[in-house]
Amino acid sequence: MTRSAAGYWIGFAVVLALLVVAPLVLPEFWRRFVTEILIWGLLAMSLDLLIGYTGMVSFGHSAFFGLGMYGAAAALLTVRPPNLWLAILYGLVGAGAVAVFVAYFSTRLRDIYFAITTLVFSQIFYVIIFTWTEVTGGENGLGFSQPAFAIPGVVSARFTPVTLHWFVLAVVTVSYLGLRRITQSPFGMVLQSIRENEPRTRAIGYHVERYKIVAVMLSGLFAGLAGVLYALQNKFAAPDFVFFLVSGEVVVFNVMGGMGTLVGPVAGAAFFFLLRELFSRFFTEYYLIPVGIIFTLMVIFVPQGLLGFLRRRLNQ
Amino acid sequence: MTIPFDLLLIQVINGIVTGMILALVASGLTLIFGIMDVVNFAHGELFMLGAYLGSTVFLTTGNFWLALGAAVMGIGLLGAVIQTTTLRPLLGRDPLTTILATFGLSLVLQNYALWQYGPVPRKINEPITGHFSLFYLEYPWYRLLVAVLSAAIIGGLWLFMKYGKYGIWIRATTQDRVMAAAMGIPVPLVHTVVFAIGAAMAAASGVLFGPLTGVNHAMGLDFILRAFIVVVVGGMGNLGGSILAAIFLSLLEAFASIWVSPAQAVIVSFVVLILTLLFRPTGLFVPTPK
Amino acid sequence: MTPDRLPEPGSPHGNGRGAVRSPILRTEGLTVRFGGLTALDNVTLAVPHGEIRAMIGPNGAGKSTFFNCVTGVLRPTSGRIVFDGEDITGLPPHRISQKAIARSYQITNILPGATVLENVRIAAQSRHHSWSLVRHHRAFVDVIDRARAVLDAVGLGDKEEELAANLSHGEQRHLEIGIALATEPKLLCLDEPTAGMSVSETRATVELIRQIATDLTILIVEHDMEVVMGLAHTITVLHYGEVVAEGTPAEIQANPRVQEVYLKT
Repeated sequence: MTRSAAGYWIGFAVVLALLVVAPLVLPEFWRRFVTEILIWGLLAMSLDLLIGYTGMVSFGHSAFFGLGMYGAAAALLTVRPPNLWLAILYGLVGAGAVAVFVAYFSTRLRDIYFAITTLVFSQIFYVIIFTWTEVTGGENGLGFSQPAFAIPGVVSARFTPVTLHWFVLAVVTVSYLGLRRITQSPFGMVLQSIRENEPRTRAIGYHVERYKIVAVMLSGLFAGLAGVLYALQNKFAAPDFVFFLVSGEVVVFNVMGGMGTLVGPVAGAAFFFLLRELFSRFFTEYYLIPVGIIFTLMVIFVPQGLLGFLRRRLNQ
Repeated sequence: MTIPFDLLLIQVINGIVTGMILALVASGLTLIFGIMDVVNFAHGELFMLGAYLGSTVFLTTGNFWLALGAAVMGIGLLGAVIQTTTLRPLLGRDPLTTILATFGLSLVLQNYALWQYGPVPRKINEPITGHFSLFYLEYPWYRLLVAVLSAAIIGGLWLFMKYGKYGIWIRATTQDRVMAAAMGIPVPLVHTVVFAIGAAMAAASGVLFGPLTGVNHAMGLDFILRAFIVVVVGGMGNLGGSILAAIFLSLLEAFASIWVSPAQAVIVSFVVLILTLLFRPTGLFVPTPK
Repeated sequence: MTPDRLPEPGSPHGNGRGAVRSPILRTEGLTVRFGGLTALDNVTLAVPHGEIRAMIGPNGAGKSTFFNCVTGVLRPTSGRIVFDGEDITGLPPHRISQKAIARSYQITNILPGATVLENVRIAAQSRHHSWSLVRHHRAFVDVIDRARAVLDAVGLGDKEEELAANLSHGEQRHLEIGIALATEPKLLCLDEPTAGMSVSETRATVELIRQIATDLTILIVEHDMEVVMGLAHTITVLHYGEVVAEGTPAEIQANPRVQEVYLKT
């Protein structure tokens, strides 16, 4: 193993160890905080596949997230006893269905038009969820109970805050490793080529549309998975998370953390939430003013984000 | 179910009135995009701040027209400041960065309004009250005034762009930035002025819209989404197209509101957007280039 | 510059057995109209296997339009393009590439943020394994080997890890050719490969093209007459979208119509 690869894996192991130990030593509030960062981090990573690796800006990831959330809710409310795996399945199917839609448009629209369309899409779902009160609970959302962690014949245990954190950590870690492998695979290299120079990628023989469709589907599925985790953690689904501003915030995580690094967006999410905590002490609910200013300044002066300097290293 | 004629008529006129305000907002947006290639996410907030500033001036002076004037000047100035500080450094970079920067700004401005003005909606009183009789219904004069004023402002802009000395400068920089600079046109200043004009138009729309529904900090969000749809459907950078699209979409939504709630009526606009992007991506009212 | 290594004027490389193959590229009545403007007017030509064919003509003559048609970027208004016996008219760019036609661009069109090796590797990868999602791209050693061979051929072997954006202009033009080469083409379309190059860079590029020409057919658009005269077996002259003359460099130089249209020697 090369030196830099060894360095990477050591760093990875250290961070993982910290995250495993975290719920055991942190007070409840901060424990939840870390778990939420992991979930939003997964959502941000899924977006990075599109923005950072393929060069497709999406302002609609809240739709995938929201449908993952409501899909899980659907499973947990309609099937007795509530089944964890079914919740994940329903959530992924829901997010996947939206992804098919978005994928179709991604091939016909470039740049800003794609960005606006994805934004409009997330709003369409927001309006539908918000107004279809009989099914989605409308403004108030849906509440449900947490399923147990059950593998038939092996184990069945209710989640404690600590074990739920470990479950989320496991899912996010596996997702990260999967996404990392995808971005370094021949497929992932084609995505990056599309980002660098789409017409040339076409000219050297790649059917760019097909690659974009697969990229959107993968991105949507991982985003939906994040939605499922969120539903599991918080035991409710609400339309607020489908509102287009949420999509915008995820883009903020990606940009602040560093696009095209996978870990950058997670760091960006952590950075954002930490800033929110910090500024809430002084600005109460107006924390978005200083956070927004910091974000805007970063876009101008630090466009590569916090971890952008790692981009070349991480993508060897 | 037959729709009563007076209901239909009211909706048509409402559609046109809302359409004109939307056209005013969208014109500013499409102007900024057409001239500077900037997608101004903060446009809705400029609209909203214009309404708030207008309401504050109205509170102290009781005069609608003063409020309108103050809002236009104040937000125009704010626009100039925003462009100089945040957007000018981004010139020449990836267009994504301007979208992000204006998005960040919109977050800041939205919450600033919330902080400064509080969550209770403000009120601006219309300058002319009273209704007139249209067949067998009473229709407020003010709404007609709004439509007329919006049209006047847009018309003024169009004349300025076509015949005004500075209007020609603006159009020259759109055509060819380098050549314009070579000819002595101060391109950075032109960009700042264009952004300021766009902001001022948004502010004017905000003040005009204020008396209709009250002024609150979320009014920008609603409009920005519709404004984007209008700009895309009308053809980005196409002033005439934006106006037609604004009226067209508002009429569609007004009709849809007869059957569904206004919140759901917006889906009609979404559908039109998607269809436009699929079949006539350069704009619904723009002839497709060969 | 006297041509020092040209085969018999007008004769394509035979396959050694005396048989004459059909042309690798043939266009029949290729016409492209944009509204009122006719960019290509009834262009009919045939390029034999192994030939180096140059297309010259004043600006706006239709050379780039011709390239765009052959490479699938533009759909002709009428006419056919036949490659290796197969009608390829109107196929999209990625399909054209799969048929083994590659192109380099007049304005450098590389992947600026990627390394030199990656630029060429991704092109080489397009021939195989490009849908693998689970294995690391470095596991496909055959692709990397091919990329390295191409880099050696274009003289960039020692700049593998360099970011493409940091190369000199001449090096970038060579990378440009390398990307096209890595897709294992039978027909290579070079669009002004020596654009913006110094005299020494131009010479190096001409040498490069000579070397790679041994296994392929080359279609080259050029403005540098010395390059054209020195490299080409046959020259096609375009003017206002029409073929005005066709022949060996000597024939073209002597052709009064061509001189009148364009040539400054």
